[in-house]
Amino acid sequence: MTEVPISWYLTLSAILFALGVAGFLFRRSIITVFMSIELMLNAVNLSFITFSYQLKQVNGHLFAFFVMVVAAAEAAVGLAIILTIFKNRSTLNIDDIDSMKN
Amino acid sequence: MDIFLFLVFAIIAVVAAINVVVQTHPISSAVSLIGVMGSLAVLYLLLGAEFLAAAQVIVYAGAIMVLFIFVIMLLNAGTEAKRGRSLTVQLLGVPLLVALLGLLAYFVQRLFPQSVAVHFGGFTGGTALAVGRALFTTYLLPFEVTSLLILIAIIGAMVLARKEMD
Amino acid sequence: MQLWLIPLLPLAGFAINGLFGRRFSKGLVNVFAVGSVVLSFAWVLKTILALGDLNSAYVEHYYTWIQSGTFTVNWDFAVDRLTAVMLLVVTGIGSLIHIYSIGYMAHEHGPNHGGYYRFFAYMNLFMFFMLILVLGANFLVLFVGWEGVGLCSYLLIGFYFDKKFATDAGNKAFIVNRIGDFGFSLAMFYIVKNFGSLDFSTVFSRAANAPVEVLTLIGLLLMVGAAGKSAQIPLYVWLPDAMAGPTPVSALIHAATMVTAGVYMTARSFPIYTHAPIAMEVIAVIGIATAFFAATIGIAQNDIKKVFAYSTVSQLGYMFVGVGVGAFSAGIYHLVTHAFFKALLFLGSGSVIHALSGEQDLRNMGGLRSKIPWTFWTMMCAGVAIAGIPPFSGFYSKDEILLAAYRHAPWMYWLGTVTAGITAFYVFRAMFLAFFGDYRGHEHHPHESPPVMMIPLTILALLSLGGGYFFKVPHFLSAFFPPLEAGEDSSLMAISVAAGLVGILIAYILYVAKPAVADSLAGSFKGLYTLILNKYFVDEVYDATVVNPVVSGSRALLWKGVDVEVIDGMANGVASRARDVGGVLRLLQSGNIRSYAAWVLFGSVMVIVALGVAGGLR
Repeated sequence: MTEVPISWYLTLSAILFALGVAGFLFRRSIITVFMSIELMLNAVNLSFITFSYQLKQVNGHLFAFFVMVVAAAEAAVGLAIILTIFKNRSTLNIDDIDSMKN
Repeated sequence: MDIFLFLVFAIIAVVAAINVVVQTHPISSAVSLIGVMGSLAVLYLLLGAEFLAAAQVIVYAGAIMVLFIFVIMLLNAGTEAKRGRSLTVQLLGVPLLVALLGLLAYFVQRLFPQSVAVHFGGFTGGTALAVGRALFTTYLLPFEVTSLLILIAIIGAMVLARKEMD
Repeated sequence: MQLWLIPLLPLAGFAINGLFGRRFSKGLVNVFAVGSVVLSFAWVLKTILALGDLNSAYVEHYYTWIQSGTFTVNWDFAVDRLTAVMLLVVTGIGSLIHIYSIGYMAHEHGPNHGGYYRFFAYMNLFMFFMLILVLGANFLVLFVGWEGVGLCSYLLIGFYFDKKFATDAGNKAFIVNRIGDFGFSLAMFYIVKNFGSLDFSTVFSRAANAPVEVLTLIGLLLMVGAAGKSAQIPLYVWLPDAMAGPTPVSALIHAATMVTAGVYMTARSFPIYTHAPIAMEVIAVIGIATAFFAATIGIAQNDIKKVFAYSTVSQLGYMFVGVGVGAFSAGIYHLVTHAFFKALLFLGSGSVIHALSGEQDLRNMGGLRSKIPWTFWTMMCAGVAIAGIPPFSGFYSKDEILLAAYRHAPWMYWLGTVTAGITAFYVFRAMFLAFFGDYRGHEHHPHESPPVMMIPLTILALLSLGGGYFFKVPHFLSAFFPPLEAGEDSSLMAISVAAGLVGILIAYILYVAKPAVADSLAGSFKGLYTLILNKYFVDEVYDATVVNPVVSGSRALLWKGVDVEVIDGMANGVASRARDVGGVLRLLQSGNIRSYAAWVLFGSVMVIVALGVAGGLR
């Protein structure tokens, strides 16, 4: 068989997504958390494109495109925020950013 | 051939992703993430998404990750501290993660029968022409709105990151 | 015929005086208050004259009040012969008493002329409710009026609200009345259950076919209500205390109109009672017992108003005897004549009290015959009327009742005659103590009352003297009530008249000719005298057996037990639980981003599960 079933692509997407969540939950550096978010977004992109193949439409590609654009904007602003936080607290540990504690 | 390419790059993607999560130094995580994106670009090509594969490499791997690396170097982020503090995460994290993965895999297997298959060249609608045409007709409004979004992001990033005027 | 004008004119007077009377002068208050009642009386006259012979009831339908399935209650007013008599009494005597009050209440102390406008506002409100009671064409409208007059009685008894004994008396009147109203309400429920309607016409036409037990129960429950409102045993205790209100109130409400509502209601329900002989017997027995019992208390009272209060209770007993033995028109006849002479007695006492600047104790009066002669002569007219001396009004009505009683059960006649003698005795005791002998009081210038008070007294005196002869009430009502075996018996008549004369004679001997004998008699029968003077300690017995247990039980069980523990406990408990739950949920807000992320993951897994389960797995 030279063809790859759709479900494999989707399973790959699920695995990458789960890995992104794991990184988000278990890592303590803010930058690593951000990178995990990017990983999650990529997993979702893969899934969009897979569905686009399945339905033989280009709309999935467009979705993925927009996800990319928004991820870029988000990364830019998010990193700027991280810079500000670092300037104020000199720490990149996510557990130390808890001023919303009751 | 397809399956071989798929397996190779899928395994590269997974290993690199695991590396992103596991490495202690952010630079190593960033480089691994670039690897993930590269392999994903190949997978997109397999799926017939030519334009998007190119965009992935240029935008994601070429611009966003470079930005990440700049910031990591600017902040001189070192290896992470060791302590963990959140009880919730320790208790709930792993079970929920396993549950999530399990559920997703299960649903995928149930809903998508094995008969639908991907082979290279099966979908030719992912060309730049097709994407461009859809972008400027059906998706014109989101396109314009995202351009506004990028403008705002630029302004926001500049405002947040500039040096204070003394 | 615009029947609604009759009660609405006093209501308008109440509204105007109630809302704006504070700023009016006394004269302007009078215009609205007295004018509205006099106009209402004029309208009553016009209506009755225009309605002709009233052989059937004239009904006016206003609007549907309750409609529930097949049960409807409407705001209907009806006029028949009985209503006509009551309307004339209420508005006529009401007008006279309102005019009298102008003079009596003129010198009250306090702000706003001592609450002058408030007095007249309440009096007008009372007239409104009493007229609704009389005009109602079904039990529920009657009950509205019934409750309303109870309210006005409470307001007016407690008119001097800064005196505790007055407010206590008001409370007592209202609460004891409520007990009676409870019986009335139960009767109404039972009527609805058995007859499906509260309209007089419907209920009474079906009453002939209803089983006797049903009718007896209804009759007895209605009697409970009547006993409360009309001060019969065992619910009479509020009436003597009600003398705490101003004297015109005692005259209007507690003599002529409100207390007669029970008699009216019983007479109106005659189709029920004529088919429930046991209930009628009970009414007659309660009536004669109350008549005798109250008369004995009246012998020893020293407050002039209390004498007449017990006299009212006693005379109401007579009315119930009349109704109970089937002589309905005789009972109503006595209602009318009693309104004349009892209102006169009260208003006359008011004139005496006014002359003596507030003195009410008979022991501090005396010899007022020469100082306030007009009051004296008018009160004498009332005295001979109530004593049953022919040819004055009281003789006619009391005689009819006693004759009917004899025909029903001779012992009632004899007891009634003895009571008549006692009645004559205590009324003339009061007269002699007040008007004869030497003046024992401290007032320097007892002065006669102004004309505005004397003219109503004169009119009432004329009515007391001639009203029985000229107003042939039983003849008028004979077309309405079922006929009773007529027939005169001159020997019985003579005996009852003789009893009255004997009573007057004994009073004369004891209080004019040989005053010392009275005190020595009181001394030799000391125990009996103390018993009577303290009204047989009935109030004390009620206090000990009913009031105190209820109050302490209520305090211990209902207040501390139920209200504080259960109800407050539940309300506070809910609040405490909410606070505890909030306290737990607060821990979620740790400020730690990673735990937030974990919760988000938890939520999304739950959503996926839910979607999977709900969506069905194809």
